[in-house]
Amino acid sequence: MFAPSMPRRVSPSMPTLSVTEMRGEICAGEGTCALEVRCLTKAYGRFRVFEELSFSIAAGEAVALIGANGSGKSTLLRACLGLVPIDSGAVFVNQQSIHELRGAKLRACRAGLACVFQKHNLVPQLSVLTNVLHGALVRGLGARVWGQSFAPAQERQKAMACLEEVGLADLAGRRADCLSGGQSQRVAIARALMQDPACLFADEPVASLDPLAGARIMELFRRLNRARGITLLFVSHHVDHALHYADRILALRNGRLERDAPATTQSHETLKDLYAA
Amino acid sequence: MPHKLPDRFYKPGPLPSLFFCLGLGFFLWSLQGAGIRLLDLWEGLPGMAMIAAEMVPPATDRALPMMGAVLVTFQMALVGTVAGVVISIPLAVLAARNLSPHPLFYHIVRAVVTFARTVPDLAWALFFVASVGLGPFAGTLALVMDTLGFCARFFAEAMEEVAPGPSEALTSMGARRRDVVVCCVLPAAAPAMLNTALFALEKAVRSSVVLGLVGAGGIGAELAVSMEMFRYDQAATIILMIFLLVLAVERVSALGRSRLMNR
Repeated sequence: MFAPSMPRRVSPSMPTLSVTEMRGEICAGEGTCALEVRCLTKAYGRFRVFEELSFSIAAGEAVALIGANGSGKSTLLRACLGLVPIDSGAVFVNQQSIHELRGAKLRACRAGLACVFQKHNLVPQLSVLTNVLHGALVRGLGARVWGQSFAPAQERQKAMACLEEVGLADLAGRRADCLSGGQSQRVAIARALMQDPACLFADEPVASLDPLAGARIMELFRRLNRARGITLLFVSHHVDHALHYADRILALRNGRLERDAPATTQSHETLKDLYAA
Repeated sequence: MPHKLPDRFYKPGPLPSLFFCLGLGFFLWSLQGAGIRLLDLWEGLPGMAMIAAEMVPPATDRALPMMGAVLVTFQMALVGTVAGVVISIPLAVLAARNLSPHPLFYHIVRAVVTFARTVPDLAWALFFVASVGLGPFAGTLALVMDTLGFCARFFAEAMEEVAPGPSEALTSMGARRRDVVVCCVLPAAAPAMLNTALFALEKAVRSSVVLGLVGAGGIGAELAVSMEMFRYDQAATIILMIFLLVLAVERVSALGRSRLMNR
């Protein structure tokens, strides 16, 4: 629940609403809110990526973000991480407006958010284990987890446990640039798990994978969501994945939230018009 | 309707034509400025032949002290390069546009690095000989400055060219800037940086020979003395030793670089 003293970013274009009115129904109805996006607007020059977006995600929920190319999905995800500046509105993570945080407070806020990127974003020259250990940087371990050689035994064991979880413990010593696409994506997920995140974002996590590898990755996400209670927000072009692995579907079209509905109420047919010209 | 084939050559506009004519005119003028006199070259050929004849066979009477001087030359180059490379790394972080904490740092460090690079190594050697006295220490300091100017620039460029993805991944999870630099940028830029460092070592070996001519230690001092005393046979020995040293360093460096590229 949002405290009355919660920071609010109010822009001239933002409608005057009470906190209760702005809060998403799911948060109000089902428990703690992991993420709330309020009246978010972002433009690159004269091009409006999205406008006045508002939604919230409850803790432990699995949400799919779908939409055609250029609908603003990836930018929205990056905005939720505070990686891109926004024009107006706010993104609240644990009741903190992420775009208003700086320095240590911003780092602390981000520590609870893990992101698995489309291109995995591992450091190719380093070993799998070292890449996973980097997830522990969020705990302020600094130089102790720069490389696996001098890392504390506890962190090394934890990194191995994360690799076990994604089924890649046998590749711990291999260089990251010697992995297949699916393996690389699993390592990126293990690095995210090393953070002990409350919320896991994934930006088109299966875009570069074959259908079988993609399904395995999505199963893994679903398992983490169910078993660990990690809130999941994933961007996908696969309507199948959205319908099968998400509790709820958010659909963007032309920079607006076209649909926000439980996955069980949606089908291929109902989502088809999102991709119509 | 079929499309027209593009012209084989593009007709330059009036401004590029003007610049080309100006450039050509300046080059022809430069031939005069450079004092090119083919007649003098022709008349100097017998003198060159005489010196070359006196160089054969190369003298071996002072081979041992000369080998010692060659070793000192290499040691100067090695220490100067390693120190220069180590100092270059933090400077490069500050001089890389994507890593510098503030544009002011970026511009100041870039200016310092450019200054270190544009001052010739011989000028640095003269400066350090006057400051710390004759000998290899002055030469080593000159090489540090020369390496710093060379490496800091190329290291910074290597860091700027690193793919932003891994850095963004660590930033998004709340890692500190220094963690991002050490964990993502340095490993990714390391092959290019090692390549540059090996080039710097080759360059330093060649430079360290010349530095001896102004009293900054090494084999260059021996060469100057031999030439001044018209002992061209000794000079030939020194030149051969320098050739072998530079060749060995270049070969080892090339081997190291090819290993790096193939990894």
